[in-house]
Amino acid sequence: MNIYVLLKRTFDTEEKITLSNGKINEDGAEFIINPYDEYAVEEAIVVRDAHGGEVTVVSVGSEEAEKQLRTALAMGADKAVLINIEDDVEDGDQYTTSKVIAEYLKDKEADLIIAGNVAIDSGSGQVGPRVAEILEIPYITTITKLEINGETATVVRDVEGDSEVIEASLPLLVTAQQGLNEPRYPSLPGIMKAKKKPLEELELDDLDLDEDDVEAKTKTIEIFLPAKKEEGKVLEGELKDQVSELIGLLRNEAKVI
Amino acid sequence: MARKILVLGEVRDGSLRNVSFEAVAAAKLASEGGEVVGVLIGESVQSLGSEFIQYGTDRVIVVENEKLAQYTSDGYSQALLQAIESESPDGIIIGHTAQGKDLAPRIASKLDSGLISDVTAIEEAGGNVVFVRPIYSGKAFEKKIVKDGLIFATIRPNNIAPLEKDPSRTGEVATLAVDIKDLRTIIKEVVRKATEGVDLSEAKVVVAGGRGVKSAEGFEPLKELANVLGGAVGASRGACDAEYCDYSLQIGQTGKVVTPDLYIACGISGAIQHVAGMSNSKVIVAINKDPEANIFKVADYGIVGDLFEVVPLLIEELKKLKVNA
Repeated sequence: MNIYVLLKRTFDTEEKITLSNGKINEDGAEFIINPYDEYAVEEAIVVRDAHGGEVTVVSVGSEEAEKQLRTALAMGADKAVLINIEDDVEDGDQYTTSKVIAEYLKDKEADLIIAGNVAIDSGSGQVGPRVAEILEIPYITTITKLEINGETATVVRDVEGDSEVIEASLPLLVTAQQGLNEPRYPSLPGIMKAKKKPLEELELDDLDLDEDDVEAKTKTIEIFLPAKKEEGKVLEGELKDQVSELIGLLRNEAKVI
Repeated sequence: MARKILVLGEVRDGSLRNVSFEAVAAAKLASEGGEVVGVLIGESVQSLGSEFIQYGTDRVIVVENEKLAQYTSDGYSQALLQAIESESPDGIIIGHTAQGKDLAPRIASKLDSGLISDVTAIEEAGGNVVFVRPIYSGKAFEKKIVKDGLIFATIRPNNIAPLEKDPSRTGEVATLAVDIKDLRTIIKEVVRKATEGVDLSEAKVVVAGGRGVKSAEGFEPLKELANVLGGAVGASRGACDAEYCDYSLQIGQTGKVVTPDLYIACGISGAIQHVAGMSNSKVIVAINKDPEANIFKVADYGIVGDLFEVVPLLIEELKKLKVNA
């Protein structure tokens, strides 16, 4: 099976966000594989181990993403591809990213494409469905289970707490939801092997794409931090009295009950 | 400049979800005096048209077909695309729900359009419709505009207030005949796992439990408190990992992001990843045994104490209030 994983490098979840010159400050920040994409990498490896084939991890970004791609290789992926558009495209959006990925994938005859359902930095969750639409293959988002039987995939999709069991034929794109699996930690032998696995770097030119073809449709005009909250009130006294005071405050001061 | 905006209503269990009405209000902001047209998709949804009008749409288009009884990407995208082709709108607003998240990007891709997802506010500036949305799980916000083409956005539930319902408001509810070709994904089974009661993402009150709840049974007082307040129950990742509750309750950076009026955190330490999922709640109450817990830094009101003592006291007092009301 030809399995592809879409991966994004994101800030670590522990990171505090600060701005400098109106942009998100990246200095000294720790980066990780987007947690939802980790589920995707893990699932791809599991499927490959069960059915045979190859797992290729693809990321659109800057050179720094190499580190996260090596981590995916260390987990067990076979190949990695970095599509570096940093020099060609300024301020791309999801339209940009999906066009680039789809262009790369269009002649790869992927049987299965797995992506995380959303990136924890931009939080839009668009790229998976967009790529599937361009490739004209079916897609199922937010999956918590995947079973492959020949050319048929049976999937459990999380729909705000309810579960749907859905059947579809390959080729298929799915996006991973929490609970799909527990991503493995790269082992030391895995990390050593990863250094020798192929990591290909491509640019827009290699994809026969022009900057105009992938120009963003949307633009960010401002980034700001939420207003700092005023310090809260920790109540004191007998618990019973605190509870009464709290209810009074919620009713009369905060007016939420 | 007046724009024609299409609003997709979302139907669940035979009625329109709240976010549909919020989407109408959002569409009004984006339309700047232009026409707001509602779209309803399903097997038998015509009867919901009048309510859609009462919440502010100027007219409603109904797309009905037995293949649309349940949401599928193939079915609903065909239906919506035909409605879009028929109306040629300047913009589209959809709720950022499981359905909206699944459908909107596909529509945007098909139309070669931009899409601004998970919008929490809409402003107007210099002739542009400006969409405000959270990034980094709400640790920051960005303002986005569409450079050109379709003004397409999905709105986060519970953030843009719907217009007041006007029972006297009328408008045309018309059927659009569509052709729905075969669906490539087949729904074999639907398992209703979600607990009855209020939807977590739409709840005005959320009572959430963390590791301090100590067991699955420990959630019982929280459920009761949520009931008394007409709210929903949520949880921190710690509680879900410890199997005190289902992951569908998880609130946080890798769970649901909620914006209720009142968020009561019980036995939750307040790790940065959890706070990211609820920090934009209007009012936050923290109940925790540990006075040093981080949650107290983000709470508006805090009680240092055992949740198993405090929560029952809260329930008792609130019940008394209801009786006296």
